[in-house]
Amino acid sequence: MNNLKLRTAGMAVSAAVLSISLAACGSSGPAGTGASAGSATMWGLTGGDQPVFQASVDSWNKSHPDSSIKLDFFANDAYKTKVRTAVGAGQGPTLVYGWGGGVLKSYVDAGQVDDLTGFLKENPDVQSRYLPSILESGVIDGKTYALPNNKVQPVVLYYNKEVFDKIGAEAPKTWDDLMALVPKFKAAGVAPFSLGGQSKWPDLMWLEYLVDRIGGPEVFAKIAANKPDAWSDPAVIEALTKIQELVDAGGFINGFSSIAADSNADQALLYTGKAAMILQGSWIYQGMKKDAADFVKSGKLGYTPFPTIDGGKGNPANVVGNPSNFWSVSSKATEEQKKTALSYVKDGMFNDDNVKALIDSGAVPVVTGIEDKLAASPDKDFLTYVYGMAKDAPDFTLSWDQALSPAQGDAMLANLDQIFLKKITPEQFASAMNATIGK
Amino acid sequence: MSTTTAATREQTSRREQPSRRTLEKGPSGWLAVPALAFFTLFAILPLLGVLFLSFTRWDGLGEIKLDGLSSWQTVLTDPVTGNALLVTAKIMFFSFVVQAPISLLLGVFTAASQKYRAALAVLYFVPLLLSSAAVAIAFKALLDPNFGLGPGLGLPFLAQDWLGNSDLVLFVVVFVIAWQFVPFHTLIYQGGVRQIPTSLYEAAQIDGAGRVQQFFNITLPQLKYTIITSSTLMVVGSLAYFDLVFVLTAGGPGYSTRLLPLHMYLTGFKANDMGAASALGVILVVIGLALALFLQRLGGKNRNASQLEGA
Repeated sequence: MNNLKLRTAGMAVSAAVLSISLAACGSSGPAGTGASAGSATMWGLTGGDQPVFQASVDSWNKSHPDSSIKLDFFANDAYKTKVRTAVGAGQGPTLVYGWGGGVLKSYVDAGQVDDLTGFLKENPDVQSRYLPSILESGVIDGKTYALPNNKVQPVVLYYNKEVFDKIGAEAPKTWDDLMALVPKFKAAGVAPFSLGGQSKWPDLMWLEYLVDRIGGPEVFAKIAANKPDAWSDPAVIEALTKIQELVDAGGFINGFSSIAADSNADQALLYTGKAAMILQGSWIYQGMKKDAADFVKSGKLGYTPFPTIDGGKGNPANVVGNPSNFWSVSSKATEEQKKTALSYVKDGMFNDDNVKALIDSGAVPVVTGIEDKLAASPDKDFLTYVYGMAKDAPDFTLSWDQALSPAQGDAMLANLDQIFLKKITPEQFASAMNATIGK
Repeated sequence: MSTTTAATREQTSRREQPSRRTLEKGPSGWLAVPALAFFTLFAILPLLGVLFLSFTRWDGLGEIKLDGLSSWQTVLTDPVTGNALLVTAKIMFFSFVVQAPISLLLGVFTAASQKYRAALAVLYFVPLLLSSAAVAIAFKALLDPNFGLGPGLGLPFLAQDWLGNSDLVLFVVVFVIAWQFVPFHTLIYQGGVRQIPTSLYEAAQIDGAGRVQQFFNITLPQLKYTIITSSTLMVVGSLAYFDLVFVLTAGGPGYSTRLLPLHMYLTGFKANDMGAASALGVILVVIGLALALFLQRLGGKNRNASQLEGA
C-alpha cells in the first residue's frame, strides 16, 4: 500500500514538475476512470480500426445501458506515452489496448493487468474463436494477460503497379533485384521507396525483415532473451550494412526523415506515384482503401513478400509484424468495470457484425472460420493474401520495439534512426545496443 | 536649459519624498501569501520531488528504487545530453538574435498613432492567437518536400528538405519560433514605447535631433527595462520550447533538434527512465534560474529607480 502511494505520488510529482518546465506544453493529465463506477473505459487508436471499434461499442451500449463503455481514441505514438503514464498512476482505462511483448510484460511485472487465464477456462467459446498462434502472444509465463481484439498485421512490401509498368519492371524477388530497381526508378524520376522516417518505427521493419532473412528468427530470439552481445551477431551487422547501402544508393524518398507515418504521408507517396514501393504493415491497406479508393479498386496496388537474400538462413515465408492488438484488463478498475469489460470481450467482440465490419474495412480478423467471408469480400485478393501469409508463416516475429522492454525499444529506434541518417556505423549501433541489454 | 532642468528635478524630488518612503516599505507582505502558497504547492514541492526522483531508478510503473548517483552519471556521461545542451544554446542564441531586433523595430513602428499602423499591428498580432501545435502542423505541411509549398507551386528553391536536413532544420525551427513569438515581443515593445513621454521627443526636436538620433538617444535608453523583460522572456522561454519542436520535428532528424526539454520528455516518457529525466529536469531548472538572475543583474541594482525624472 505504501509503495502504491509512493508511486502515485511520484507520478503526480514528476508529471507536475515536467509540466512546469514545459510551461507551454498543453497536454492534459490522464482522464479519470471513475465518472460512474459501472461504466468501463476503453482507449483505442485512431486510424483504420477506429470506426469498427466505435460501431461495436455503440451497439453494445445500446443493448447494455446498465454496463456501458466509454471509448476514447488517440494517435498511435501519443497513445503509447499516455497509456503508460496513466496506468502507472492507477488512472488507466479498464480495457488497455496493447501489442503484447515486452510492454505487456512490464505491466504484468508491475501488477497492473489482470490474469485472464481463468476467464478463458470458464469461456471456452472465447478461447476457441481465436487462431491459437495469435492467442499465444498474450501469454506471459504460462498465463494469459491479453486477448486479441482486431486483425493480423504482417508487414508487406507494397508497390505501385502503374509506376512499375511505366519502366517495365517486376516486383523484386531477391535483394539484388531490389537494388537493381533503385537506379531505374531514380532515372524515371520516381523515388524507389517511401518511408515514414520521422516516426522511426517504419525504419525498424527493414531491420526486422533483413535480419530474419539473413540469420533467421533465432537472431532476434537471442536478443529478446537478453544474451550478452546478441546485437553483434553478423546477421545484424550485415542487415544494417545493407540498409546503409540502400540509403547510399538513394533508395529512400527525398526527406524521408521528416515524414511522419501517423499522418499517412508515407502511404500517400505510394498511391500518388511519387514513390514506387513501401514496406509497411498490412493496416495501411485500410488507410489507402479509404484515402485512395480508386487506386486500390482498379488493382494498381501490388503486394509481395519481402525479398529473399542469397545465402540467407531465414525461411522466406517468415513474417514480421504484429500478430494482433490486444485488450488487457486493468487491475485498478472496479469489480463492476471489470465485469462490464469482460462481458463485452465475451459477447460484444467478434460477433458477426464486428467481424463483418473489420473485413469491410480491409482487415483480416484474428478469428477462425472466416475463409468464406474473406473470399466474399471485394478486397478478397489482399485479405486472403494476408490471411495466408500469417497462417502459413513458419515464424511470426513480433515487432521488436514491442517485443523488447520499453527502454531498450526506445534506444533501438533512436540508434536505428542514426543508421538511416548515416551518423553511425553498424558496429557502433551494435555496441550501443549491447549496452542496453538487460535494461 | 540645464539649470531649469536641475531646478525642476530638485523640486520634484522634494515633493516626492514622503511617497517614496511608503514605496520603499512596500504594501503589506500578506498580499504575497496566496501566490506564495500556490507557488510552494505547485512549484517548490514538485521540484523537491524531482530532485528526490533524480536519485532513484523508476520506469514509471514499478517500484521507485533508491539508486544513488547512477541517474546523474547516466545523464552527465550521455553524449546526447551534451548535444541537447548545445542545440538548446544555439536555438536560444539565434532566436534572440533574430527576434530581438525585429520585434523592437516593429514595436516602435506600431506604437505611433497613425491608423494604418494600428491596422498593421492587428495583423502582426495574428500568429500569437494560434496554438503552437497548430503552427507546427501548418509549417510541417507547408515545408513537406513532396507535398508542400515548393512542389505545390512549382518553386524548386522552396522544395528543400527543410525538416529532414540536419544542417537546415535548426534554422527552420528558429524561423518558425520567431514567426510565432515576434508578435508577442512586438506587443511588449509597443507598450514600452507608448509609455515614453512625448515631451522628450518634443524637446529633442527643438534641439534639432533627427529621427535616428531620437531613436538611439531617447527611445532605446527609455526602453531599457522593456528590453530586459523581453530578453528574459526570450532567453528563458527558449528553455521551454517543446510543443512546437515536438510536433514539427520530434527532435529529429537524428538528434539535430533534440532540445533539452524535449530530451527530458523523451527520456522520461518514451524510454521510461524517470530517474534520468528528473536529473535533466533539475539541470533545466538550474540553467533557467541562472539565466533569469543574470539578465536581471544586467538591469543594474537600482531597478526601481524612475527613468522619467525630469520628464
